[in-house]
Amino acid sequence: MERSEIKPFIAKRVAKELHDGDVVNLGIGLPTMVPDFLDPSISITLQSENGFIGLAAVDESNPEKDYIVNAGGQPAGIAKDGMFFDSATSFQIIRGGHVDATVLGSLQVAENGDIANWIIPGKMVPGMGGAMDLVVGAKKVIVAMEHTQKGNPKILKECTLPLTAQGQVNMIITEMGVMEVTDKGLVLTEYNPEFTVEEIQAATEAQLIIADDLKDMTK
Amino acid sequence: MARTKIVSAAEAASVIKDGMTVMIGGFMTNGTAESVIKAAVEGGAKHLTVICNDGGFQGEGTGALLANGQIDVLIASHVGLNKEVAERMNNGTLKCILQPQGTLAEQIRAGGAGLGGFLTPTGIGSTIVEEGDPLVNIDGADKKPIIEVNGKKYILEAPLHADVAIVQGYEADETGNVRYLGSTRNFNQLIASAADTVIVEVEKIGPAGCIGPDNVETPHIFVDYLVKKED
Repeated sequence: MERSEIKPFIAKRVAKELHDGDVVNLGIGLPTMVPDFLDPSISITLQSENGFIGLAAVDESNPEKDYIVNAGGQPAGIAKDGMFFDSATSFQIIRGGHVDATVLGSLQVAENGDIANWIIPGKMVPGMGGAMDLVVGAKKVIVAMEHTQKGNPKILKECTLPLTAQGQVNMIITEMGVMEVTDKGLVLTEYNPEFTVEEIQAATEAQLIIADDLKDMTK
Repeated sequence: MARTKIVSAAEAASVIKDGMTVMIGGFMTNGTAESVIKAAVEGGAKHLTVICNDGGFQGEGTGALLANGQIDVLIASHVGLNKEVAERMNNGTLKCILQPQGTLAEQIRAGGAGLGGFLTPTGIGSTIVEEGDPLVNIDGADKKPIIEVNGKKYILEAPLHADVAIVQGYEADETGNVRYLGSTRNFNQLIASAADTVIVEVEKIGPAGCIGPDNVETPHIFVDYLVKKED
């Protein structure tokens, strides 16, 4: 797979996890590509943690457009069914379990669903922003990321970086496959036939449990 | 007679004195009161503790006070878009306390609502959040208390209160009733109830009642000083 194809490939598979009417919060980067791949018959409501539901593209005809930014501080728009609110209400929605799914990238994920995606001590100290609340509060946490960091495994037995949250990840989607966090361990439910199961395991430090009905993720 | 006074940005900013705790509204400067911040920079009050969602951008929003060396402590949730925060942390001129964004918002809400704190599941398992900093811990405890309710662990987070809040509204009536526009409400509506002195900057000021009681988002009883945005 060409490098430029990896992110859209992952985003396309993530889109299948979203359902009509879902309230969804998307992290920066790859996750923002997911709506491009939604089945046209379904619609979702995007939550923007800086204070609204109905996140949309900038509408040049909206006289209030200069007053709207997304959670990355970039210009944004609001859908016709949207609503603005304050930050406490925003996190009432997030922490209170009113967000059906959050899709975000990660530095590391462990086989028990631990996630570390906000700090590299001594190097990167941006602050956690809304990430900790999102992974604790969203009903389903989907990590969408490249399988390895320049060949080094990111899906581990245990995270070595400071945690964002414990045991909150439900699903990991990479260019190699789809993994679900279960009581028994990390189950590979789908794979990309460009890779063998052995190659996927070799790129994963965590022990993968291969699903009995392992499917082709491209179908 | 309404207690809200309509003043210039400089008059309003003059209430900020050395060593005070100041809350600043806005999210990456979306909804940050530019005229009052500019006057606060000119006012030059030092050794401030600033509570704001983020560090703004370099020289903008909270970043303007930071660039002028006025902030000793910054309590925020995200500082990655202003590299001067990391530079000042590294050279020891700034102490930065990071809190999850939802926790920070709720701490301010609790401070304005007279609550002694709240229990949140956010940050359980994160040593940085659990251990936190005495400034934001209950009674200056070394670690935040962890309390189990119905078998689930929660962190007890303390309320936040400030000497001064700098709010950005869109429109006010002359009595001090305020409404916001777009995504600028963010932390502004919260900090307006959580400080001893509240300054609100708006783009326009109309006659009493012009916003309408159903549409007022911050009531005049919270507002001490109203400032019309200056060019």
